[in-house]
Amino acid sequence: MLPPTDPKAFGDVVRQALEKDYLKGGLGRATALLRTLRRTGAADFGEFETLRVQARDVKDKTLARLDYYLAKLEDNVSARGGHVFWAVDGQEVVNYILELAKSRRLSKVVKGKSMVSEEIRLNTYLEQAGLEVLETDLGEFIIQLTGEKPAHILGPAIHKTRQEIGRLFAEKLGHPYSDVPAELTQMARARLRNNFLTADLGITGVNLAVAETGTLVLLENEGNIRMSTTLPRVHVAIMGLEKIVPCMADLAVLLRILPLSATGQRLPAYVSWLHGPGRTQGEGPEEFHLIILDNFRTRLLADPILRPMLRCLRCAACLNFCPIYQRLSGHSYPSVYSGPMGVILTAASHGLDTAQNVIQACTLCQACKQVCPVMIDLPGLILELRRRLTEEDQWAGGAVDLLARFLATPAGFDLATSAMALMNKTAFDRQGQPRWPSDKLQALAEGRHLPVMAERPFHKWFNKD
Amino acid sequence: MESKFHRVSLFLPCLADAFYPRWGQAAQKILQAAGVEVFYPPDQTCCGQWAVNTGNLKAARRLAQHFLRVFYQASAVVSLSGSCVSTVRHHYPQLFAAESRWQSRAAAVAGKIYEISEFLVSVLGHSDFNAYYPTKATLHDSCHTLRSLGIKQPPRELLAKVQGLELLEMDDPETCCGFGGAFMAQVPTLSRSMAGDKVDQALATGADLLVFTEPGCLLNVDSVIRARGLSLQAKHLVEVLAEGINATPN
Repeated sequence: MLPPTDPKAFGDVVRQALEKDYLKGGLGRATALLRTLRRTGAADFGEFETLRVQARDVKDKTLARLDYYLAKLEDNVSARGGHVFWAVDGQEVVNYILELAKSRRLSKVVKGKSMVSEEIRLNTYLEQAGLEVLETDLGEFIIQLTGEKPAHILGPAIHKTRQEIGRLFAEKLGHPYSDVPAELTQMARARLRNNFLTADLGITGVNLAVAETGTLVLLENEGNIRMSTTLPRVHVAIMGLEKIVPCMADLAVLLRILPLSATGQRLPAYVSWLHGPGRTQGEGPEEFHLIILDNFRTRLLADPILRPMLRCLRCAACLNFCPIYQRLSGHSYPSVYSGPMGVILTAASHGLDTAQNVIQACTLCQACKQVCPVMIDLPGLILELRRRLTEEDQWAGGAVDLLARFLATPAGFDLATSAMALMNKTAFDRQGQPRWPSDKLQALAEGRHLPVMAERPFHKWFNKD
Repeated sequence: MESKFHRVSLFLPCLADAFYPRWGQAAQKILQAAGVEVFYPPDQTCCGQWAVNTGNLKAARRLAQHFLRVFYQASAVVSLSGSCVSTVRHHYPQLFAAESRWQSRAAAVAGKIYEISEFLVSVLGHSDFNAYYPTKATLHDSCHTLRSLGIKQPPRELLAKVQGLELLEMDDPETCCGFGGAFMAQVPTLSRSMAGDKVDQALATGADLLVFTEPGCLLNVDSVIRARGLSLQAKHLVEVLAEGINATPN
């Protein structure tokens, strides 16, 4: 269930999030740990800033010839016996998979964590059509049990404490309560093991695809991707069309920076290099399908200012460093993407109106910009979105322009200051509480003693002398 | 160090002009103590940062044009707000990309506007004012001062030279305080949560004084300090230095 996007309703969404106090819970602790890991990982690596520039350049040159590289990828995947399908939107992905399931008689799906599949709400449609869909990433496994949407793009259940998970597993998996992480993991593993062995369709995302060789690279720490891509008879990988690099040398750059940015690791526990269906019996899946998804990505590609957003590696560093994300969690954002990257992707996928609240809910602190491994100027893009929003609003734009005309003259500035001082005196009492019954003033004054403007502003004091 | 600036123009951010005019006097005093004559152009108004940040570029251009008219001929412009300086330095040249005369004026002023701590320490090389201000203090790194202008050490250097002042560091001095201009009014609950955490961090250091280099940050955080009825004081860097210049140890 996505939260409402109406500006008035957003105030309630924020209030509810603050009441949950994500900062003090699992989310706050986990993101603090991830920040520390990323800082020390980057410092240990040494040449991190150089790597960022290299990563940005790899991505930009790929985006400049995206059609060429995607065509090359298709050729090379096909040459190795894989099937490639180009999907315009989520519905086409769903239809393709349902058709595949029907014709190959597939009924039980194991899923590796895939934000793209969340984006298109794949599970819902597959389940409606009668398929059994089982998440295998531990975080996704947990939120599948609770019915929540991801709270973080890398750690979907990041907000959950081990006590909460212990209670959940006791209830849903029928084990006696424990909150010891190793024991909880074993409980999930036992369930997942059986799922891997009995599933006939594995669906995953793709971290990076190499055009030159037709290789798909998948990164993980848990081993569920390994299981999901080799045990079931059919493997379907869904990739956003921007997840491509030209060659292995370019891949090496991104493979260095992505794990460092995400978790401070040099490499995750498993790096899988997939080349299509197995050649001999027992070696990998019988069939392999690669679905290349557009959805809104070509819109971004065509946008000269927003195009850099397609560099995004989905490392979640911007989420971990965003003081607003940490208070809201992914549950408060209008789409499955959250944090600074989520603001821009939501605007691209759902439009400015849906994204407007989160576009405004940013202090432009630039913490995200500093850590983005591919140097996306996230605050700059948010400013651009604000510019586009104001362009739409002719009325407000006219009023603002009038105000600016005023403030751009010394006499107007002086008048505005005096008017503000008068308002300041009459609107608020000595304790800084509003005299007028205004919701906005009330909200602003709550928990604060707002300052009173000085008797004489500096420019009056100075000019009197 | 011999300064090539004998006279600078003071740009007082509009928030300071309206709420904290004493900072203008403090800034004059400090700059004079550093051997620089201070000129306050009386026609100055507002740099237009709020217009830039809300996406109103036409309005921003108007305010920028006036700003550039007022400050174009200054040898240097010194201000008390890293975010205002960042607006002029980084955004002004982009506002006028299409109009060459304004673009060159913007580029010229962008090249000679400074935040006060960077001007004193990095440009003048003057960090010791023989000031005395006995207290335990901690410093908040404002986002634009830190990330847009790259200023981390200069305010610390200035405070380090104040006799009797013990400078303590918060765990997260670089975390945003939640002002964000329009943000404070648009999402006040989030803003207050962030300001509250900043106050908690300051208290945890044991400091009696929380020092700011940015009017918006001070306004935001101080409003929470006072609502909580704490004895913790919030001051701008220039206030601390100016008050310190007067004082003598017992």
